[in-house]
Amino acid sequence: MAEKFQHILVEARAGYAVVRLNRPKVLNALNGALIGELVTALEALDADSTCRCAVITGNERAFAAGADIGEMAEAEAIPFLLNDRFAQWDRFRNIHMPLIAAVSGFALGGGCELAMNCDLIIASETAQFGQPEINLGIMPGAGGTQRLTHAVGKVRAMEMILTGAPITAQEALRAGLINRVVPVELYLREAEALAARIAAQAPVAVRLAKEAVLKALDASIADGVDFERKNFFLLFAGADQKEGMRAFLDKRQPHFEGR
Amino acid sequence: MDENQPVLLTEQVGAVLTLTLNRPTRFNALDDDLKDRLLAALQAASRDSGVRCVVLTGAGKAFCAGQDLNLDGDLRPEQVGDTVRRSYNKIARLLHGMEKPIIAAVNGVAAGAGMSLALACDLRVLAEHSSLRLAFSNIGLIPDCGATYSLSHLLPRGLGLEIAYTGRAIEAPEALRLGLANRVVADADLFTETATLAASLAARPTRALGLTKRAFNRATTGTLEDALEYEAYTQEIAAGTADFQEGIAAFREKRQPRFEGR
Repeated sequence: MAEKFQHILVEARAGYAVVRLNRPKVLNALNGALIGELVTALEALDADSTCRCAVITGNERAFAAGADIGEMAEAEAIPFLLNDRFAQWDRFRNIHMPLIAAVSGFALGGGCELAMNCDLIIASETAQFGQPEINLGIMPGAGGTQRLTHAVGKVRAMEMILTGAPITAQEALRAGLINRVVPVELYLREAEALAARIAAQAPVAVRLAKEAVLKALDASIADGVDFERKNFFLLFAGADQKEGMRAFLDKRQPHFEGR
Repeated sequence: MDENQPVLLTEQVGAVLTLTLNRPTRFNALDDDLKDRLLAALQAASRDSGVRCVVLTGAGKAFCAGQDLNLDGDLRPEQVGDTVRRSYNKIARLLHGMEKPIIAAVNGVAAGAGMSLALACDLRVLAEHSSLRLAFSNIGLIPDCGATYSLSHLLPRGLGLEIAYTGRAIEAPEALRLGLANRVVADADLFTETATLAASLAARPTRALGLTKRAFNRATTGTLEDALEYEAYTQEIAAGTADFQEGIAAFREKRQPRFEGR
Protein backbone atom coordinates (compact mmCIF):
# COMPACT_ATOMS: atom_id res chain seq x y z
CA MET A 1 0.00 0.00 0.00
CA ALA A 2 2.75 2.41 0.92
CA GLU A 3 4.18 2.89 -2.58
CA LYS A 4 1.33 4.85 -4.05
CA PHE A 5 1.25 7.60 -1.41
CA GLN A 6 3.17 10.83 -1.70
CA HIS A 7 2.17 12.70 1.42
CA ILE A 8 1.80 9.95 4.03
CA LEU A 9 3.70 6.92 5.23
CA VAL A 10 1.86 3.80 6.35
CA GLU A 11 3.56 1.34 8.69
CA ALA A 12 1.88 -1.93 9.65
CA ARG A 13 2.32 -3.27 13.16
CA ALA A 14 0.87 -6.30 14.96
CA GLY A 15 -2.86 -5.68 14.92
CA TYR A 16 -2.71 -1.95 14.19
CA ALA A 17 -1.07 0.55 11.85
CA VAL A 18 0.75 3.87 12.15
CA VAL A 19 -0.07 6.46 9.50
CA ARG A 20 2.40 9.32 9.45
CA LEU A 21 1.68 12.66 7.79
CA ASN A 22 4.72 13.32 5.68
CA ARG A 23 5.02 16.93 4.49
CA PRO A 24 7.65 17.98 7.05
CA LYS A 25 8.90 21.02 5.13
CA VAL A 26 5.48 22.63 5.48
CA LEU A 27 4.85 21.34 9.01
CA ASN A 28 2.40 18.84 7.50
CA ALA A 29 0.06 21.57 6.20
CA LEU A 30 -3.03 19.72 5.07
CA ASN A 31 -3.69 20.03 1.38
CA GLY A 32 -6.47 18.24 -0.48
CA ALA A 33 -4.08 15.57 -1.72
CA LEU A 34 -2.87 14.68 1.77
CA ILE A 35 -6.36 14.35 3.22
CA GLY A 36 -7.39 12.28 0.20
CA GLU A 37 -4.45 9.91 0.70
CA LEU A 38 -5.09 9.75 4.44
CA VAL A 39 -8.72 8.69 4.17
CA THR A 40 -7.94 6.29 1.35
CA ALA A 41 -5.26 4.64 3.47
CA LEU A 42 -7.55 4.49 6.50
CA GLU A 43 -10.38 2.96 4.47
CA ALA A 44 -8.04 0.23 3.23
CA LEU A 45 -6.74 -0.43 6.74
CA ASP A 46 -10.29 -0.47 8.06
CA ALA A 47 -11.23 -3.12 5.51
CA ASP A 48 -8.22 -5.23 6.50
CA SER A 49 -9.34 -7.55 9.28
CA THR A 50 -5.81 -7.84 10.63
CA CYS A 51 -5.73 -4.09 11.33
CA ARG A 52 -8.00 -3.18 14.20
CA CYS A 53 -6.82 0.33 15.12
CA ALA A 54 -4.79 3.11 13.55
CA VAL A 55 -2.48 5.74 15.01
CA ILE A 56 -2.29 8.97 13.02
CA THR A 57 0.79 11.07 13.71
CA GLY A 58 3.04 13.75 12.28
CA ASN A 59 6.56 14.36 13.54
CA GLU A 60 8.00 15.72 16.77
CA ARG A 61 7.78 19.32 15.60
CA ALA A 62 4.32 19.28 14.09
CA PHE A 63 1.28 17.05 13.89
CA ALA A 64 -0.21 19.38 11.27
CA ALA A 65 0.07 23.14 11.31
CA GLY A 66 -3.07 24.06 9.46
CA ALA A 67 -4.31 23.85 5.94
CA ASP A 68 -2.40 24.73 2.81
CA ILE A 69 -3.19 28.43 2.61
CA GLY A 70 -1.70 28.73 -0.85
CA GLU A 71 -4.30 26.31 -2.11
CA MET A 72 -7.14 28.43 -0.77
CA ALA A 73 -6.11 32.06 -0.91
CA GLU A 74 -7.73 32.88 -4.26
CA ALA A 75 -10.79 30.66 -3.90
CA GLU A 76 -14.23 32.00 -4.82
CA ALA A 77 -17.26 31.11 -2.72
CA ILE A 78 -19.55 29.26 -5.13
CA PRO A 79 -16.89 27.16 -6.84
CA PHE A 80 -15.54 26.41 -3.35
CA LEU A 81 -18.99 25.29 -2.20
CA LEU A 82 -19.54 23.16 -5.28
CA ASN A 83 -16.06 21.68 -5.00
CA ASP A 84 -16.77 20.81 -1.35
CA ARG A 85 -13.20 20.22 -0.29
CA PHE A 86 -14.50 18.99 3.02
CA ALA A 87 -16.29 16.01 1.48
CA GLN A 88 -13.11 14.01 1.98
CA TRP A 89 -13.25 14.77 5.69
CA ASP A 90 -16.70 13.19 5.83
CA ARG A 91 -15.13 9.87 4.88
CA PHE A 92 -13.62 9.71 8.40
CA ARG A 93 -17.15 9.02 9.64
CA ASN A 94 -17.16 5.71 7.84
CA ILE A 95 -14.02 4.41 9.48
CA HIS A 96 -15.21 1.81 11.94
CA MET A 97 -12.00 1.04 13.77
CA PRO A 98 -10.78 3.44 16.47
CA LEU A 99 -8.37 6.18 15.40
CA ILE A 100 -5.77 7.53 17.81
CA ALA A 101 -4.10 10.88 17.14
CA ALA A 102 -0.51 10.98 18.46
CA VAL A 103 0.17 14.72 18.60
CA SER A 104 3.47 16.47 19.13
CA GLY A 105 4.18 20.11 18.40
CA PHE A 106 1.65 22.05 16.35
CA ALA A 107 -1.92 20.84 15.91
CA LEU A 108 -3.40 24.02 14.52
CA GLY A 109 -6.45 24.75 12.42
CA GLY A 110 -7.06 21.74 10.21
CA GLY A 111 -4.44 19.91 12.26
CA CYS A 112 -6.49 20.39 15.41
CA GLU A 113 -9.61 19.38 13.49
CA LEU A 114 -7.87 16.26 12.22
CA ALA A 115 -6.89 15.30 15.78
CA MET A 116 -10.47 15.87 16.92
CA ASN A 117 -11.74 13.65 14.11
CA CYS A 118 -9.88 10.86 15.84
CA ASP A 119 -11.40 8.93 18.72
CA LEU A 120 -8.53 9.32 21.19
CA ILE A 121 -5.71 11.84 21.45
CA ILE A 122 -2.32 11.24 23.06
CA ALA A 123 -0.21 14.39 23.19
CA SER A 124 3.43 15.09 23.89
CA GLU A 125 4.31 17.76 26.44
CA THR A 126 5.27 20.01 23.53
CA ALA A 127 1.89 19.77 21.78
CA GLN A 128 -0.14 22.90 21.10
CA PHE A 129 -3.76 22.86 20.01
CA GLY A 130 -5.37 25.84 18.36
CA GLN A 131 -7.89 27.10 15.84
CA PRO A 132 -6.13 30.18 14.43
CA GLU A 133 -8.32 30.52 11.32
CA ILE A 134 -9.74 33.78 12.71
CA ASN A 135 -6.31 35.35 12.20
CA LEU A 136 -6.73 34.83 8.42
CA GLY A 137 -10.15 36.41 8.38
CA ILE A 138 -12.00 33.09 8.26
CA MET A 139 -13.21 30.44 10.72
CA PRO A 140 -12.77 26.68 11.20
CA GLY A 141 -14.45 24.71 8.43
CA ALA A 142 -13.58 21.09 9.08
CA GLY A 143 -15.66 20.55 12.19
CA GLY A 144 -13.61 22.64 14.62
CA THR A 145 -16.47 24.77 15.92
CA GLN A 146 -18.50 21.65 16.60
CA ARG A 147 -16.01 19.14 17.92
CA LEU A 148 -14.02 21.61 20.01
CA THR A 149 -17.18 22.88 21.68
CA HIS A 150 -18.28 19.33 22.48
CA ALA A 151 -14.86 18.60 23.91
CA VAL A 152 -14.05 21.68 25.99
CA GLY A 153 -17.35 23.49 26.42
CA LYS A 154 -18.64 26.81 25.14
CA VAL A 155 -16.49 29.40 26.83
CA ARG A 156 -13.17 27.73 26.18
CA ALA A 157 -14.09 26.97 22.57
CA MET A 158 -15.18 30.58 22.09
CA GLU A 159 -11.90 31.90 23.43
CA MET A 160 -9.79 29.62 21.30
CA ILE A 161 -11.80 30.19 18.12
CA LEU A 162 -12.34 33.94 18.51
CA THR A 163 -8.78 34.80 19.57
CA GLY A 164 -6.96 32.13 17.59
CA ALA A 165 -4.70 31.62 20.61
CA PRO A 166 -3.46 28.04 21.09
CA ILE A 167 -3.52 26.05 24.31
CA THR A 168 -0.78 23.85 25.71
CA ALA A 169 -0.98 20.10 26.13
CA GLN A 170 -1.54 20.46 29.89
CA GLU A 171 -4.37 22.94 29.32
CA ALA A 172 -5.86 20.61 26.70
CA LEU A 173 -5.73 17.76 29.20
CA ARG A 174 -7.43 19.82 31.90
CA ALA A 175 -10.07 20.94 29.42
CA GLY A 176 -10.91 17.40 28.39
CA LEU A 177 -9.70 17.69 24.81
CA ILE A 178 -7.08 14.94 25.05
CA ASN A 179 -6.52 11.66 26.90
CA ARG A 180 -2.97 12.00 28.14
CA VAL A 181 0.17 14.13 28.13
CA VAL A 182 3.41 12.21 27.74
CA PRO A 183 7.09 13.25 27.53
CA VAL A 184 8.01 14.03 23.93
CA GLU A 185 10.37 11.05 23.80
CA LEU A 186 7.53 8.64 24.52
CA TYR A 187 4.29 10.02 23.09
CA LEU A 188 4.25 7.83 20.00
CA ARG A 189 5.22 4.78 22.03
CA GLU A 190 2.28 5.46 24.37
CA ALA A 191 -0.12 5.94 21.46
CA GLU A 192 1.06 2.65 19.93
CA ALA A 193 0.72 0.85 23.28
CA LEU A 194 -2.84 2.12 23.48
CA ALA A 195 -3.50 1.00 19.91
CA ALA A 196 -2.12 -2.45 20.65
CA ARG A 197 -4.30 -2.70 23.74
CA ILE A 198 -7.42 -1.80 21.79
CA ALA A 199 -6.41 -4.07 18.93
CA ALA A 200 -6.32 -6.99 21.36
CA GLN A 201 -9.97 -6.53 22.25
CA ALA A 202 -12.86 -8.18 20.39
CA PRO A 203 -13.00 -6.16 17.13
CA VAL A 204 -16.77 -6.22 16.57
CA ALA A 205 -17.38 -5.12 20.15
CA VAL A 206 -14.85 -2.32 19.66
CA ARG A 207 -16.58 -1.18 16.50
CA LEU A 208 -20.07 -1.19 17.98
CA ALA A 209 -18.90 0.47 21.20
CA LYS A 210 -17.19 3.23 19.23
CA GLU A 211 -20.40 3.86 17.29
CA ALA A 212 -22.38 4.09 20.48
CA VAL A 213 -19.96 6.54 22.11
CA LEU A 214 -20.08 8.77 19.04
CA LYS A 215 -23.86 8.53 19.02
CA ALA A 216 -23.90 9.97 22.56
CA LEU A 217 -22.58 13.26 21.19
CA ASP A 218 -25.64 14.04 19.12
CA ALA A 219 -28.55 11.86 20.21
CA SER A 220 -30.96 12.27 23.05
CA ILE A 221 -30.35 10.03 26.04
CA ALA A 222 -33.39 7.93 25.08
CA ASP A 223 -32.29 7.48 21.45
CA GLY A 224 -28.71 6.94 22.49
CA VAL A 225 -29.64 4.27 25.00
CA ASP A 226 -31.83 2.54 22.39
CA PHE A 227 -28.92 2.59 19.93
CA GLU A 228 -26.53 1.26 22.54
CA ARG A 229 -28.94 -1.50 23.48
CA LYS A 230 -29.38 -2.71 19.89
CA ASN A 231 -25.61 -2.78 19.47
CA PHE A 232 -25.31 -4.63 22.76
CA PHE A 233 -27.77 -7.35 21.69
CA LEU A 234 -26.12 -7.56 18.27
CA LEU A 235 -22.87 -8.62 19.90
CA PHE A 236 -24.56 -11.73 21.23
CA ALA A 237 -24.73 -13.02 17.68
CA GLY A 238 -20.95 -13.08 17.63
CA ALA A 239 -18.53 -15.83 18.55
CA ASP A 240 -16.35 -13.37 20.48
CA GLN A 241 -19.12 -12.70 23.00
CA LYS A 242 -19.43 -16.42 23.68
CA GLU A 243 -15.67 -16.79 23.94
CA GLY A 244 -15.29 -13.73 26.15
CA MET A 245 -17.91 -14.80 28.65
CA ARG A 246 -16.87 -18.44 28.68
CA ALA A 247 -13.26 -17.41 29.30
CA PHE A 248 -14.37 -15.25 32.22
CA LEU A 249 -16.35 -18.10 33.75
CA ASP A 250 -13.48 -20.51 33.14
CA LYS A 251 -11.06 -18.01 34.70
CA ARG A 252 -8.80 -17.87 31.65
CA GLN A 253 -7.73 -15.35 29.03
CA PRO A 254 -10.13 -14.99 26.10
CA HIS A 255 -8.99 -15.57 22.55
CA PHE A 256 -10.95 -13.30 20.22
CA GLU A 257 -11.31 -14.11 16.55
CA GLY A 258 -13.02 -11.01 15.31
CA ARG A 259 -16.40 -12.50 14.63
CA MET B 1 33.30 51.87 30.03
CA ASP B 2 34.52 50.33 26.80
CA GLU B 3 31.66 50.90 24.37
CA ASN B 4 32.90 48.11 22.17
CA GLN B 5 32.61 45.41 24.78
CA PRO B 6 29.48 43.29 24.38
CA VAL B 7 27.07 43.60 27.27
CA LEU B 8 26.92 39.82 27.53
CA LEU B 9 30.13 37.84 27.35
CA THR B 10 29.96 34.21 26.33
CA GLU B 11 32.84 31.82 26.76
CA GLN B 12 32.88 28.08 26.29
CA VAL B 13 35.54 25.84 27.82
CA GLY B 14 34.96 22.23 26.98
CA ALA B 15 31.27 21.62 27.56
CA VAL B 16 30.88 24.48 30.05
CA LEU B 17 29.35 27.71 28.77
CA THR B 18 29.87 30.79 30.93
CA LEU B 19 27.57 33.78 30.41
CA THR B 20 28.84 36.98 32.02
CA LEU B 21 26.63 40.01 32.44
CA ASN B 22 28.97 42.78 31.34
CA ARG B 23 27.82 46.28 32.23
CA PRO B 24 30.11 46.67 35.23
CA THR B 25 29.77 50.46 35.48
CA ARG B 26 26.04 49.94 35.83
CA PHE B 27 26.55 46.99 38.21
CA ASN B 28 25.27 44.78 35.37
CA ALA B 29 21.81 46.32 35.48
CA LEU B 30 19.48 44.74 32.94
CA ASP B 31 18.40 46.89 30.03
CA ASP B 32 16.45 45.57 27.01
CA ASP B 33 19.61 44.85 25.04
CA LEU B 34 21.20 42.77 27.81
CA LYS B 35 17.97 40.91 28.48
CA ASP B 36 17.49 40.11 24.79
CA ARG B 37 21.07 38.87 24.50
CA LEU B 38 20.78 36.80 27.65
CA LEU B 39 17.57 35.19 26.37
CA ALA B 40 19.14 34.47 22.98
CA ALA B 41 22.26 32.99 24.59
CA LEU B 42 20.18 30.77 26.85
CA GLN B 43 18.06 29.61 23.91
CA ALA B 44 21.19 28.75 21.93
CA ALA B 45 22.70 26.93 24.91
CA SER B 46 19.50 24.96 25.36
CA ARG B 47 19.67 23.68 21.79
CA ASP B 48 23.42 23.03 21.72
CA SER B 49 24.24 19.47 22.73
CA GLY B 50 27.88 20.56 23.06
CA VAL B 51 26.91 22.65 26.09
CA ARG B 52 26.48 20.40 29.10
CA CYS B 53 26.60 22.96 31.91
CA VAL B 54 25.89 26.70 32.01
CA VAL B 55 27.39 29.22 34.43
CA LEU B 56 25.85 32.67 34.88
CA THR B 57 27.94 35.37 36.50
CA GLY B 58 28.63 39.09 36.50
CA ALA B 59 31.60 41.23 35.54
CA GLY B 60 33.10 43.56 38.09
CA LYS B 61 31.96 44.08 41.65
CA ALA B 62 28.32 43.11 41.31
CA PHE B 63 26.49 40.04 40.04
CA CYS B 64 23.49 42.03 38.84
CA ALA B 65 21.66 45.07 40.18
CA GLY B 66 18.38 44.09 38.54
CA GLN B 67 16.28 46.06 36.08
CA ASP B 68 18.00 49.23 34.88
CA LEU B 69 15.86 51.98 36.38
CA ASN B 70 17.72 54.92 34.89
CA LEU B 71 16.42 54.38 31.40
CA ASP B 72 13.89 56.69 29.79
CA GLY B 73 11.72 53.66 29.45
CA ASP B 74 7.98 53.59 29.60
CA LEU B 75 6.88 52.99 33.18
CA ARG B 76 3.17 52.85 32.47
CA PRO B 77 1.62 49.83 34.20
CA GLU B 78 0.80 47.95 30.99
CA GLN B 79 4.35 48.42 29.78
CA VAL B 80 5.79 47.17 33.02
CA GLY B 81 3.58 44.09 32.79
CA ASP B 82 4.59 43.68 29.19
CA THR B 83 8.28 43.80 30.10
CA VAL B 84 7.71 41.06 32.62
CA ARG B 85 5.95 38.87 30.04
CA ARG B 86 8.26 39.67 27.17
CA SER B 87 11.62 39.39 28.88
CA TYR B 88 11.73 38.25 32.46
CA ASN B 89 9.20 35.46 32.17
CA LYS B 90 10.91 34.01 29.13
CA ILE B 91 14.26 34.07 30.88
CA ALA B 92 12.86 32.50 34.04
CA ARG B 93 11.07 29.83 32.03
CA LEU B 94 14.23 28.96 30.17
CA LEU B 95 16.45 28.79 33.26
CA HIS B 96 13.86 26.64 34.96
CA GLY B 97 13.27 24.35 32.01
CA MET B 98 16.62 24.00 30.22
CA GLU B 99 17.63 20.40 30.60
CA LYS B 100 21.20 20.86 31.72
CA PRO B 101 22.70 22.09 35.01
CA ILE B 102 22.80 25.87 35.46
CA ILE B 103 24.99 27.43 38.14
CA ALA B 104 24.81 31.04 39.32
CA ALA B 105 28.29 32.18 40.35
CA VAL B 106 27.30 35.13 42.50
CA ASN B 107 30.34 37.37 42.59
CA GLY B 108 28.77 40.37 44.30
CA VAL B 109 25.42 42.00 44.97
CA ALA B 110 22.48 40.26 43.33
CA ALA B 111 19.61 42.70 43.68
CA GLY B 112 16.07 42.76 42.39
CA ALA B 113 15.81 40.79 39.19
CA GLY B 114 19.48 39.96 39.71
CA MET B 115 18.51 37.99 42.79
CA SER B 116 15.58 36.47 40.87
CA LEU B 117 17.99 35.32 38.17
CA ALA B 118 20.29 33.75 40.73
CA LEU B 119 17.35 31.97 42.35
CA ALA B 120 16.08 30.72 39.01
CA CYS B 121 19.36 28.92 38.35
CA ASP B 122 19.63 25.33 39.60
CA LEU B 123 22.56 25.89 41.93
CA ARG B 124 24.17 28.92 43.55
CA VAL B 125 27.80 29.38 44.54
CA LEU B 126 28.23 32.63 46.45
CA ALA B 127 31.38 34.64 46.99
CA GLU B 128 31.94 35.27 50.68
CA HIS B 129 31.19 39.00 50.41
CA SER B 130 28.30 38.73 48.00
CA SER B 131 24.73 39.35 49.01
CA LEU B 132 21.20 38.78 47.81
CA ARG B 133 18.67 41.61 47.99
CA LEU B 134 15.17 41.10 46.74
CA ALA B 135 14.76 44.90 46.77
CA PHE B 136 11.59 45.05 44.65
CA SER B 137 9.46 46.30 47.50
CA ASN B 138 11.94 49.16 48.02
CA ILE B 139 10.41 50.78 44.94
CA GLY B 140 6.86 49.57 45.30
CA LEU B 141 7.02 46.48 43.12
CA ILE B 142 6.60 42.73 43.56
CA PRO B 143 9.46 40.26 43.06
CA ASP B 144 9.33 39.02 39.46
CA CYS B 145 11.43 36.87 37.13
CA GLY B 146 10.16 33.80 38.94
CA ALA B 147 11.17 34.96 42.44
CA THR B 148 7.77 34.32 43.98
CA TYR B 149 7.99 30.75 42.75
CA SER B 150 11.65 30.24 43.64
CA LEU B 151 11.33 31.61 47.16
CA SER B 152 8.11 29.72 47.85
CA HIS B 153 9.91 26.53 46.98
CA LEU B 154 13.26 27.27 48.60
CA LEU B 155 12.07 28.78 51.88
CA PRO B 156 9.35 28.39 54.46
CA ARG B 157 6.60 30.88 53.76
CA GLY B 158 7.36 33.23 56.63
CA LEU B 159 11.02 33.57 55.67
CA GLY B 160 10.23 34.17 52.00
CA LEU B 161 7.62 36.77 52.81
CA GLU B 162 9.93 38.52 55.27
CA ILE B 163 12.63 38.80 52.63
CA ALA B 164 10.12 40.09 50.08
CA TYR B 165 8.40 42.49 52.47
CA THR B 166 11.57 44.02 53.91
CA GLY B 167 13.75 43.99 50.81
CA ARG B 168 16.70 43.51 53.16
CA ALA B 169 20.11 42.19 52.19
CA ILE B 170 20.96 38.56 52.82
CA GLU B 171 24.69 38.19 53.15
CA ALA B 172 26.37 35.02 51.92
CA PRO B 173 26.63 33.22 55.28
CA GLU B 174 22.92 33.71 55.95
CA ALA B 175 22.12 32.60 52.39
CA LEU B 176 24.03 29.39 53.06
CA ARG B 177 22.23 28.86 56.35
CA LEU B 178 18.84 29.39 54.71
CA GLY B 179 19.60 27.02 51.85
CA LEU B 180 19.60 29.77 49.24
CA ALA B 181 23.26 29.05 48.48
CA ASN B 182 24.75 25.63 47.76
CA ARG B 183 28.22 26.85 48.69
CA VAL B 184 30.02 29.95 49.92
CA VAL B 185 33.65 30.38 48.88
CA ALA B 186 36.35 32.99 49.36
CA ASP B 187 35.90 35.87 46.91
CA ALA B 188 39.15 35.08 45.11
CA ASP B 189 38.19 31.42 44.71
CA LEU B 190 34.74 31.90 43.14
CA PHE B 191 35.91 31.57 39.57
CA THR B 192 38.00 28.41 40.05
CA GLU B 193 35.57 26.71 42.44
CA THR B 194 32.68 27.29 40.07
CA ALA B 195 34.71 26.18 37.08
CA THR B 196 35.63 22.95 38.86
CA LEU B 197 32.03 22.27 39.83
CA ALA B 198 30.77 23.09 36.35
CA ALA B 199 33.37 20.90 34.68
CA SER B 200 32.47 17.97 36.89
CA LEU B 201 28.76 18.40 36.17
CA ALA B 202 29.48 18.74 32.47
CA ALA B 203 31.18 15.35 32.57
CA ARG B 204 28.15 13.65 34.01
CA PRO B 205 25.34 12.00 31.99
CA THR B 206 23.69 15.18 30.79
CA ARG B 207 20.44 13.66 29.58
CA ALA B 208 19.88 11.94 32.91
CA LEU B 209 20.55 15.22 34.70
CA GLY B 210 18.18 17.04 32.37
CA LEU B 211 15.47 14.43 32.85
CA THR B 212 16.03 14.68 36.60
CA LYS B 213 15.45 18.41 36.42
CA ARG B 214 12.33 17.83 34.35
CA ALA B 215 11.04 15.33 36.90
CA PHE B 216 11.89 17.64 39.83
CA ASN B 217 9.95 20.41 38.10
CA ARG B 218 7.00 18.08 37.73
CA ALA B 219 7.23 16.80 41.29
CA THR B 220 6.46 20.23 42.72
CA THR B 221 3.15 20.41 40.88
CA GLY B 222 1.39 17.22 41.76
CA THR B 223 0.74 14.31 44.01
CA LEU B 224 2.95 11.35 44.85
CA GLU B 225 1.11 9.40 42.17
CA ASP B 226 1.93 12.04 39.58
CA ALA B 227 5.58 11.99 40.60
CA LEU B 228 5.76 8.19 40.48
CA GLU B 229 4.16 8.03 37.07
CA TYR B 230 6.53 10.67 35.78
CA GLU B 231 9.53 8.85 37.24
CA ALA B 232 8.48 5.79 35.28
CA TYR B 233 8.36 7.77 32.04
CA THR B 234 11.62 9.64 32.55
CA GLN B 235 13.44 6.53 33.74
CA GLU B 236 12.41 4.78 30.56
CA ILE B 237 13.82 7.65 28.56
CA ALA B 238 17.06 7.68 30.58
CA ALA B 239 17.43 3.95 30.12
CA GLY B 240 17.39 4.55 26.37
CA THR B 241 20.45 6.81 26.43
CA ALA B 242 23.96 5.83 25.39
CA ASP B 243 25.25 7.15 28.73
CA PHE B 244 23.13 4.56 30.52
CA GLN B 245 24.77 1.80 28.51
CA GLU B 246 28.16 3.31 29.35
CA GLY B 247 27.23 3.65 33.02
CA ILE B 248 26.24 0.00 33.29
CA ALA B 249 29.29 -1.15 31.34
CA ALA B 250 31.64 0.90 33.52
CA PHE B 251 30.02 -0.47 36.66
CA ARG B 252 30.44 -4.05 35.49
CA GLU B 253 33.99 -3.48 34.33
CA LYS B 254 34.83 -1.70 37.59
CA ARG B 255 36.06 1.43 35.90
CA GLN B 256 35.18 5.10 35.66
CA PRO B 257 32.45 5.85 33.13
CA ARG B 258 33.04 8.25 30.25
CA PHE B 259 29.75 10.02 29.70
CA GLU B 260 29.13 11.82 26.42
CA GLY B 261 25.97 13.63 27.32
CA ARG B 262 23.65 11.62 25.10
